[in-house]
This record gives sequence, structure tokens and C-alpha cells, in this order.
Amino acid sequence: MFTILENKMIVPNLHLVTILAPEIAGSVKTGQFVILRIEEDGERIPLTVSDWDIQKGTLSLVYLNIGKTTQKLAALHPGDPLLTVVGPLGNPLNLDSAGHVLCIGGCYGIASIFPIAKALKEKGNRVTVLIEARSSYLLYWKEKLKSVADQVIVITRDGSQGYRGHIGLLGKIIAGLPMPVDRIVINGCNYLMMRGSQESQPLNIKTTVSLNTLMMDGTGMCGLCRLTVNSSTKFACVDGPHFDGHEVNWDELAQRRKAYLSEEVQSFRSSKPQ
Amino acid sequence: MPETAPKKIDLHRREMPKQESEVRGQNFSEVALGYTPELAMEEARRCLQCKKPFCVSNCPVQVNIPEFIQAIAMGDFSAGARLLKSQNSLPSVCGRVCPQEEQCEKNCALTKRGGQIAIGRLERFLGDWEAAQSQIHLPQLPTPTGKQVAIVGGGPAGLTAAADLVKSGHKVVIFEALHKMGGVLSYGIPEFRLPKKIVDGEIDYLRRLGVVMKVDFVVGKTRTIDSLLEEFDAIFVGTGAGLPWFMDMPGNNLNGVYSANEYLTRINLMKGYLYPNSSTPLKAHQKVAVLGGGNVAMDCARTALRLGAQATIIYRRSRAELPARLEEVENAEEEGVHFQFLTLPIRAISDEQHRVQGLECIRMELGVPDSSGRRSPEPVPNSEHMLPFDCVIHAIGNSPNPLIPATTAGLLIGKNGNIVTDIETGRTSKDRVWAGGDIATGAATVIMAMGAGRKAASSIHQYLTTLSPISMD
Repeated sequence: MFTILENKMIVPNLHLVTILAPEIAGSVKTGQFVILRIEEDGERIPLTVSDWDIQKGTLSLVYLNIGKTTQKLAALHPGDPLLTVVGPLGNPLNLDSAGHVLCIGGCYGIASIFPIAKALKEKGNRVTVLIEARSSYLLYWKEKLKSVADQVIVITRDGSQGYRGHIGLLGKIIAGLPMPVDRIVINGCNYLMMRGSQESQPLNIKTTVSLNTLMMDGTGMCGLCRLTVNSSTKFACVDGPHFDGHEVNWDELAQRRKAYLSEEVQSFRSSKPQ
Repeated sequence: MPETAPKKIDLHRREMPKQESEVRGQNFSEVALGYTPELAMEEARRCLQCKKPFCVSNCPVQVNIPEFIQAIAMGDFSAGARLLKSQNSLPSVCGRVCPQEEQCEKNCALTKRGGQIAIGRLERFLGDWEAAQSQIHLPQLPTPTGKQVAIVGGGPAGLTAAADLVKSGHKVVIFEALHKMGGVLSYGIPEFRLPKKIVDGEIDYLRRLGVVMKVDFVVGKTRTIDSLLEEFDAIFVGTGAGLPWFMDMPGNNLNGVYSANEYLTRINLMKGYLYPNSSTPLKAHQKVAVLGGGNVAMDCARTALRLGAQATIIYRRSRAELPARLEEVENAEEEGVHFQFLTLPIRAISDEQHRVQGLECIRMELGVPDSSGRRSPEPVPNSEHMLPFDCVIHAIGNSPNPLIPATTAGLLIGKNGNIVTDIETGRTSKDRVWAGGDIATGAATVIMAMGAGRKAASSIHQYLTTLSPISMD
């Protein structure tokens, strides 16, 4: 059993939960995830660890309130137990000294890109962070990101902050940076990671994406998370979740991601209102 | 014992009552209903109490079978249960899922005299009888040795090793990656073949013996083997064969295509069969193809059937070569599972929404026997044909789970990804680390894993009580 220390909405529909899980906090590395289960007969959902504190033994996760389980999670209070918090799962993101790294985050990826930017900065890289949202009121952790980045760039769809537009501006933004970009890391929804990878491919910049497929056990046992990378099948949980964005079969990934969409909607509608 | 008038003893092996096939195909309740006390005693009385019993030597955990059968014959179920449980901590499980026909019952002296004594059914009877009593007998434990053993993986190998070690006076902690103990007994074998309350009961027995169980703990991730070695005197690794194989063909990543692990875990462990009352969604598939011919394939097909689908087993050889237990094949046939023999799928076909809509297959014919002694299937030229399915389940086996091999230095790994062990003791190349079950052998049976757990426990006990440093030569 694990205890929730903090659970709050940080911007509309995005929530931050902090959990007491000392053993995982002591072993988690950049880019790994945990699997949560919040009730008996509940499903297992994977969430990336966005921050952790070894001394306090805590993990912080940012999640989108989007379905039955995340809705129930959002309704829990400090002191409430979680039945399962298991991890850290997946491989850490191997962060070499790459030179100038552009870290891109959208949605929950604005949070999960933070430990990646932080680790890259600690390794002596120049770190530029690019965050994207529909509007300025959906941006968060900007100061936190500034503390680990040389520069933070913002894109909003409505132009309420930073550039007006979306990830399709990536090429132009890179062209405008004071230094050439050696490597890109993207965290966020599939669309962001796919479009970002498509934009960076003609520029020949190695682009790493952190995938968020459907998962069940998270230890390689079931294969629900399989995807095609460079024409061969990989399991996101044990082979990933970090892959070369130029090698991922994005169409297949998108189709597999929504395999249970109608069931998820049914589950959500039939679950009790909080 | 009831007094009976002298009459000729019926020499035939007693059948075990089962749910009718038309009824059981509609529910998830257990198919086999178990012996009544009367049937158990009648069956037990058939036993010849051989001087050199083959049943014992053929049992992977060497249970003294004639002894507990004798107790049943006398009607002393309590003594029988105590005798049995002192040698096998999971009798209700083994009685249900062991392939007795290939082991204990194989060379029974009664084979040609009414049929082998029904050892599995009697074992199950005793296990269930005791579980139904209000007070379960707990054996006297020896003085604690002060030694601590970590068991990695809460499946059959780990549970058996844990039981033996705790009974030897050691402190035992089991680390299980999933949220429920039992390994394949919980996530894999379906309710209708092994009710989860039976598994829970046997696990609870170990807990009452003092075994500590930590679920949601992935050794290799949450903590490494080396980190556990700082705290524990010895470690047993029983992490099983958890990496599913898919047939080598295009279309495996279409929606509606599953590994047997995913399909069964979704339904058993995550209770998908209760969806939408449970959270893990389950598709209402209509026509399900199961690829493979082993027990797991039978489990998948029979599960699909119970969920209202038409289920077809596709196997490249003929019925005679099916690796599944005959009993399971017959159960599947009775319930209405369709078998498509001598057929090899070569491609899964997609609809416009990336969902599987069928399999392209070729017909096979049997040629000369291969290395396994089975006649090897050869494709029939120009026999390609389409079979419509909206669900395809690959049930062709698993590789050893790579988590421990990938995260533990100094562990010798075989070419199949298995941990290399000494076959007699389960010792690995790493000091103070033992391994057994599917992680060492590749996918096998529950009882083989239990046998490996027992051997390793004995070797660990020897090491802990003599403390001679040992590692595999």
C-alpha cells in the first residue's frame, strides 16, 4: 500500500499527484515510469515519473484526467492509499553529452521533460526547452524548467503566449536558435511526438520520443504495448519507452493506442460520478 | 467406515463428476467437481500399496503417494491431508493442473486392471477437504535459524521453495512483480480449471506459516539482486517464462491480436470477464482463432467460448500430436471448441481500421518424424486460403523473463535467455543465488517448477546450515 501526499489540479484537466514510495524513489532514473492501480478490480495505468525526492521518498506524477481510472485518481485526497505503485519500469533515458539538446514537452510531457532537461544540464549540455499548449492558461512548470534550461521557448495555438501555432513551427524555431541543435527529445501526446519527429527528420537531428502505449503488467509479460520500430516489433515497456522518433511506425501506434476507445468511453460513462 | 455387505469390489477407476458440457460452456465455474468422500474412499481402496511404488519415483516432488491414499482408504482424511501437506504445500493446485498421466499415474500397476489409480483426483480431494475444515493444521516450525532467504517471483517454484524453507526455520520473503501472488496460477490458468479461491487458500496457508509476501515489487527494477544480497543470506529466482512468443508472420500488431499471456491476464488477473463492472476493458470478439496446441491454447479457446465467441484452435499438425493434456483436449471438444488441424497461419489480414479480420493459412501434411519424434508438418503447395476471425491469440509459448538476467552481473545466461543452473541443486554461477522453474528450463509445467523449487530449497537449507561457500562449478 502506498500513500498519496498531495493531489491537485495544476492547470485545467492536468493533475499532479505526489506519492510516498521510498523504495521506488530510491531507484528511479530519468525517463522511467510506474504503474498505478487505485482500486480492487481496477485497471493498471502507466505514468511517467516527472520528479522525485530520495530524501523524502516521494514520486511526483502528472496525469491527464481523461478516463475512468484517472478520474477516480483525481478525486483522491492526501492520506488516501493507492493499491499498487510498481516500478521504476522501462529503461532510463541514456543521456550522453550531446552538445545542444532541444527538449520538447506538451500536455503531461511538460512535466516529464523536466527530469530529462535537468539531467542533460547536469551533464554539461546546452539545454533549450520548448513547451507547447493550446493556450497560455494550460502552461505550467515554466519557472521550474527555466531553472534547468538555458532558454525556454513557448508555443501556443492561440498566440496568448510565445509563438502562435503548433509543433509544425519546429523547423523555423530551430533555425532561429543561437546554436545548432544536436539532439531532440520529445515528451507528450502521440501527435506531438509524431509531428515533431516529422519536422526534425529532414533536418537530420536525432530525435528521441518517450512513448506512452497501452500497458498492463509493464514487465514484458503481455505484449499489449508492442509497436513497430524500424520494421521490427518492440515492447515499449521493456525495450523502451524511449525510441528513435524517425523509426517509429506512428500510424500503427495511433491505431493501437485507440484500440479500446469505445470501451474506455463506456467505462467512463458507467463509472459513478465522484 | 460404513459397514458393507460382502460384494465384488468395482475395480474400475472412479470418474470424477463434471459440470455438463452444455452448462459449463456458459460459465466460469470449475468444470471438474471433485470426488465425494465416498468416491474418494472407493478409489483409494483400489490402490495396491506397491512395495516399490513407481508413482513416488515418477513424482517431480517425490510425494509419498501410497501413504496418503492409504489414509483416504481408511477414511482418515485429516491424517491424509497432514501427510500430503508435509510433502506438497499446494495439493489442491497440483491435483488439478499436474499432468498425472505422464508422471505419478504413468506406470501404475493398475493400468491394465481397471485403470491407473486416480492420484491427482485423490490429492485434490484431500487438499480441498482440508481447506473446507474450520481449522487448518499448521505444522510445528523448528527454532528460527536467524537466516533470511529472498524468493523472487510468487509462482509455483517460488511458493514451493518458500514453504520448504520456512518449514526449515528460515525467514522467507517473497517478492512478486504483479499485484497478486501466484504467478501463472493467478494470471494464467483460468478460473474454470483452477478456481482462484483455491490458489488464494494455498497462498494463505504459506502466509500463516510465516512467509512474508511483498507484491508490486519488481526485483531487477525496484531493487536489484545485488542489493537484496546485502540483506539476505540467499536468494532463489523463480521468475518464470514471461516473454511471449508470436508466430513469425505479418499482421501480428493488428488490433485484436493477442499473446496468450495478455488474453488470459486481461481476463483472469484483471477480471476482464466482469467488464464493464471491472475496469480493464475486454472486447466482445465473435470469432476467435487460437494458434498453438498446448494447454495454454486450450485455456484460451475455452475462455473465449465462455465469453460467447466461436473458438477455433489452429494447429499445424494433427490431433495425435497436440501437446496439450488429453483431458483438456476432450474438455475443449465437448464444450464446442473447433479444431482446425494441419493448418498454418501465414498472415493476419487487416480491415480498414487496423483490426484483424482474418488469417491467411496454408494446409500442411505430415512428413517424416523430426527430432522430437513427431512427424514434421510440410506445407501443401497452392493450398493458401482465408479464414475469417476478429481475434487471434498466439499461444505458442514464452521465453524466460529477461528482467533478472538483464540486471544481474555475474549470472551465467544460456542461449535461450535462461539462467544456467546446476540441475540437482538449482545453484547458479553467482554466489548465494539459486534459480529454478521456467526461468531456468524455459516454459514447462507447474509441477516441474515446484520440483525445481524444492531441490533449490534443499540446497539453500544445506548451505545456510553449513555455510560452506558454494557456487556452480
